[in-house]
Amino acid sequence: MTSENPGNPAGRAAGLITRRATLGAAMAGSLLLPGRQTQAQAAKPAEIKVGIATYLSGPASVFGVPGRQAAEMLFDEINEAGGIGGVRVRPIFVDEGPGVDHFVGEYRRLVQSEGVHLLFAAISSADCLACTPLADELKRPTLLWDCGTQRIFEDNRFEYSFRTQANATPEILSALLYLLRAKPDFRSIAVVNQDYAWGRDSWEIFRTGMQALKPGVRIAAELFPRFGATDYSTEITRLLALRPDVVLSTTWGGDLDAFIRQSSDRRLFERSTFVLPLAESSLERVGKALPAGHIIGARGDHWFLHPNPRDQALLARFTDNFRKRFNAYPIYPCHHMAQAVFAMKAGYEKAMAAKNGGWPTDAELAGAFRGLEFPSLTSSVRIREDGQGLENQIIGTSHHTDKYPFPVMTDMVVFPAEMVTTPVGQKSTDWLKTLKPDIVQGLPQPVAYRP
Amino acid sequence: MRRAGEVLLVLLAAALVLVVAWTVPWLRFVLTIALAKGLAVLGILLLLRAGQVSFGHALYLAFAAYAIAFGAARVPETLLLLPLAAIGAALLGLLVGLFVVRYREIFFGMLNLALSMVFYSLLEKFYSITHGTDGIRLPPTTFAGQVLDPETQGWAMLCLALLLSILFAVLVRIYLASPIGQALAGIKTREARLEFMGISGRRVLLSAYVLSTLMAGCGGAVLAMTTRHVTPALSYWTASGELVFIAILGGSGSVAGPFLGAVAYELTRVYAAALVADAWQMVLGAVLLLVILFAPGGLWGMGRALVGRRRQA
Repeated sequence: MTSENPGNPAGRAAGLITRRATLGAAMAGSLLLPGRQTQAQAAKPAEIKVGIATYLSGPASVFGVPGRQAAEMLFDEINEAGGIGGVRVRPIFVDEGPGVDHFVGEYRRLVQSEGVHLLFAAISSADCLACTPLADELKRPTLLWDCGTQRIFEDNRFEYSFRTQANATPEILSALLYLLRAKPDFRSIAVVNQDYAWGRDSWEIFRTGMQALKPGVRIAAELFPRFGATDYSTEITRLLALRPDVVLSTTWGGDLDAFIRQSSDRRLFERSTFVLPLAESSLERVGKALPAGHIIGARGDHWFLHPNPRDQALLARFTDNFRKRFNAYPIYPCHHMAQAVFAMKAGYEKAMAAKNGGWPTDAELAGAFRGLEFPSLTSSVRIREDGQGLENQIIGTSHHTDKYPFPVMTDMVVFPAEMVTTPVGQKSTDWLKTLKPDIVQGLPQPVAYRP
Repeated sequence: MRRAGEVLLVLLAAALVLVVAWTVPWLRFVLTIALAKGLAVLGILLLLRAGQVSFGHALYLAFAAYAIAFGAARVPETLLLLPLAAIGAALLGLLVGLFVVRYREIFFGMLNLALSMVFYSLLEKFYSITHGTDGIRLPPTTFAGQVLDPETQGWAMLCLALLLSILFAVLVRIYLASPIGQALAGIKTREARLEFMGISGRRVLLSAYVLSTLMAGCGGAVLAMTTRHVTPALSYWTASGELVFIAILGGSGSVAGPFLGAVAYELTRVYAAALVADAWQMVLGAVLLLVILFAPGGLWGMGRALVGRRRQA
């Protein structure tokens, strides 16, 4: 043992280490504090803690970071207005970047250590699939705020998970319906999707729907370039040679930016009509490299120039505030985040009203989300009895105007959610096969861009 | 006397893990994952003794994890699935090992990496079977026929991981002390001498390789049953890199190194992610840099040096 004599340098060093160790222990201790248990009797908390899983690193941070920014802005707005039921709200962000096993650990930490009251999870479909059973196990209400897979509520039933947005089926089906009306006599199609679950799933949905609604279309090519590819020259060369009438790509992020720019350079847009259901999130980055006359979507009815929003002032205020604070137009993940935040607020208010102003338990809060109807930035969303949200879809055609340095949508069609969403209890692939071609005649009228 | 001290140390470490998991419930999951990875890293350590680095051991981890995922849909019994998955991984290891033990150093490392990436692509491309990158969700597994509630299941998995860790640590110690284990070090120093003694370097390396894949298989099985969701990312090259990272962090001087390294790695990661959600990778990178620069023997070497210095004083 070292001597305790303060004159002894070794002793002083030991003292330093002890102090440092104490400091470290205190820091760790603050993280180690056990979280709150599932409530049987609810007391009003000092603040509502919300765990938010989003991508802060990796390619999907093009969605994750705007989502986080929207959350920060909206949480600030709620707090300025006095919180929910007089209680302030606080977001705790976690990164989905490292993968599912890390995220599952983070989910547990949020519930068991941070003691969050509610979770918004996640962007990655794999993360959503992994956390929904965990939500039931840990009995903590979880809002699936952005992930796309339709498997979650079609394969299972969950008590504590709710989706505040649509899923892949309506998002892709509405693009298909739009194409069928805008270009009814196309004869061949090629697909260029990222080689991972979303790319495969979305093509499966599109193809199944297309075979039911317009059988006999020739599939010229099915190309699945590597996820994160930067060079599309081989794909573009093949498409130039094959000359398909339509090119479908559900690609997103940097991949889509590269694909659009390279296709534009090689004039592929002049030969084929593109269908890009996620292009809205890339518009500001690619600018006018994306020519006019191609079909673009936004994973919902998310568009800052929505033709007939429920509350024009709300949408305009959100867009302006977001632009002022973050210097970018809000893209669809911002809208999805807003829906999760609005659902949280509406859910708490419904649960409190049911209890005559008393604070709801976790189970009561979860119960309130089922069947909840809450506003979105452009219309409203209803959570069905199976937990799936019914969200309208907007699809439009790209259009160039001098007012914006990037393309905007014209000939916009807002598809009502009920029309394009798989009914409760059915699987998407089975339901898509039952679609009849006359569905196209019943579509709402397109609305042109108004300068 | 020394042996008694070691047994005491192991029991103390195990007790510490259990106490931490009991006082901080959410760390139970993290510790189980750490031990599972520690098992796989123990295999890396074995190969490191022979001077070989495998950048593809995540292949065996992922193989066992997917074996569990597919098996659990049919027979959801932990005590049956775990050995089956581990043996499956070891058999695959034997098959692959027959080829890769012909190569040394960078070629050995790269071949392993290539094979693990082939497996990654298979998992990703056979979309209708594996669900691609979305992965497969595992149903809850029974334990000796008993259906456990989630809480007890968590404890069962931690205890299982702890038992496996101790079992394999002891096994690897005995193995390393045995003639064949000594021959492993011979591959590192001068393989030709080994051959002159009439010992086949390839066979020695093959035995270590298969043992390492068995351990990686056990680790993968525990990992899959703990996270209850498997994705192809398990076999991506970064996952293999992570194992090598942990081996360096923990130090290859002792069988305790991998577990020490794995626990330190996982804890650093979760605390870094909790404190700075934006820049946790930087924290992790800084920790590894510091270890490489100032403690080439890893955490274990650092601990030994501290103890040694204190003895001298």
